[in-house]
Amino acid sequence: MADKTVYLDNAAATRMDERVLEAMRPYLFDTYAVATSEFGYSLGIEAREALDEARETLAKALGASSEEFIFTSGSTESSNMAIKGVALALGEKKGKHLIVSAIEDFPVLHSAQALEKQGFQVTLLEVDGDGLVNLDRLRDAITDNTILVSIQHANQEIGTIQDIEAIGKVCREKGVVFHTDATHTFTRVGLDVSKVPVDLVTVAAHTIHGPKGIGGLYLRKGTPLTKWMDGGFQEFNLRAGLENIPGAVGFTRAAKLITPEETERLQAIRDHIIKRALTEIPHSTLNGHRSHRLPQNANVTFHFVEGESITLHLDMRGFAVSTGSACFSRSLEGSHVIYGIGGDHERAHGSIRFSLGRYNTMEEADAVVDALAEIVSELRSISPLGKEND
Amino acid sequence: MRAPYNETVMEHFRHPHNVGKIENPDGKATEGSPACGDMVSVYISVDDATKTLSDVKFESYGCASNIATGSIITELAKGKTLDEAKKITWKQASDALGGLPPIKAHCSVLAVEGLRAAIQNYEEKHGLIKDKKPTTLEVVRQRLRKVMDPLTGMGLVRAKLVQEIDVNDGVVKVVVDLPSGHQFASAIKQEIHEKLDTLWDIKEVVIDFIE
Repeated sequence: MADKTVYLDNAAATRMDERVLEAMRPYLFDTYAVATSEFGYSLGIEAREALDEARETLAKALGASSEEFIFTSGSTESSNMAIKGVALALGEKKGKHLIVSAIEDFPVLHSAQALEKQGFQVTLLEVDGDGLVNLDRLRDAITDNTILVSIQHANQEIGTIQDIEAIGKVCREKGVVFHTDATHTFTRVGLDVSKVPVDLVTVAAHTIHGPKGIGGLYLRKGTPLTKWMDGGFQEFNLRAGLENIPGAVGFTRAAKLITPEETERLQAIRDHIIKRALTEIPHSTLNGHRSHRLPQNANVTFHFVEGESITLHLDMRGFAVSTGSACFSRSLEGSHVIYGIGGDHERAHGSIRFSLGRYNTMEEADAVVDALAEIVSELRSISPLGKEND
Repeated sequence: MRAPYNETVMEHFRHPHNVGKIENPDGKATEGSPACGDMVSVYISVDDATKTLSDVKFESYGCASNIATGSIITELAKGKTLDEAKKITWKQASDALGGLPPIKAHCSVLAVEGLRAAIQNYEEKHGLIKDKKPTTLEVVRQRLRKVMDPLTGMGLVRAKLVQEIDVNDGVVKVVVDLPSGHQFASAIKQEIHEKLDTLWDIKEVVIDFIE
């Protein structure tokens, strides 16, 4: 890898902050016991205290109380646990209908589709051209058999932020459990469960310069959820498995290190990328909502060129970004998010996502747009499309 | 940097040969893959007397393997007779590039098909095409050979994924030996349609999966 990679794919994974590692270190080398050993020896007590403190801090960041926050192995597990756990708890008692938005990330989408094979009905709720859910449409989609609505806080690719409070109110009105995937908003965009009527929230550390392999699920008191990760009695007997205490401590440290000032700085870089890309590179389109948008996300389609070609050329110049092109995906299908906002194949084909993190600078933003302008122009010169528009 | 392709592919991607249009070409064709969205245009100049390709150029709206295959196939085809050039296979192009990942067969086979289609275009213009044949099971099987299984990079027939073919009164029915929820089901379905929908005597193509 190049020495100075300009890493603009922080929605996929982030560089861990050294301070996070320092916070984790004692729990890897000194207090390495598990919390379930608390009645056996002092290391176990120390481990229990560390876990409790981590839980309390993260719960507080969501406006929740400690016993409502369950540690998991990451956002994929959290969303699986929420959706399948509620379905198992209510499927026989109340109904077998779920509603998820059409642009959810795969953990939610594929959990719902897996349940469909087990006899549940799933409504994929359409979104508008900016990626927003329509509240009337949601209200109409809820039936007597609906047990769960899962709509993300912000989209992983196009950054659109949903009005979670309004969606939550509709669900509350109809008496339906509401889950939101907040993987990309946690600590960056406020979500206070003491004010917002949401029952389950997926969060994770990998998007905020914390360690991989640790996440959490907020579970409002009284929400029906059946345990399906069986084993010991950890996590209030809702999720078995050895407690990842270094992970939990690292997650907590990472969450505390996110500041509003930093998030504002990223938003300024985001706006700079969007503005320059749209004004300086012809035939480019912003994907996602202009203002209801993750502060760290920009997503632009450069028409008449293909995304994997762009990312490879950018990589040769030391920039790491991501694309919604089918050529880039393991399923050979273009981004379901771009299709979901009414985009065609062509719009997915040349879409590039820039996702920002702590270590990005305004200079890097300028450099990547400069590089893109050249690369897109070169690729267009060999493309059979778009010539008549030049 | 580390690249997902070998150095030969990367070199052709970085500096593709024979890029561009030929003004007033003797033959041209554009092939697109609905499965991955790539597109290739191929232009040829033909020496009418010797029936050899005096020039071949291409344009690509595609990924690295698509661009690299366009570059290598135009190199391989130049100077060859039409009959020789028609026989250049994806395997030969891939070998000349030192190998492509099987999942990329989709994107790269287009350049091969583009070349053949451009030659066919020339032959049609010059009345060199034989009569239209009615669609038989064998015609369908031939076309399905060109639909790639992204897992193995082999055609569907060789990959033993075609469970059943039926041709009856203008309707082709194909049963693919994969579950409908398979990772590549949607891509494969689109590509089968692309290969069969254009058959002159076929009104409808029905594609089923095993579950």
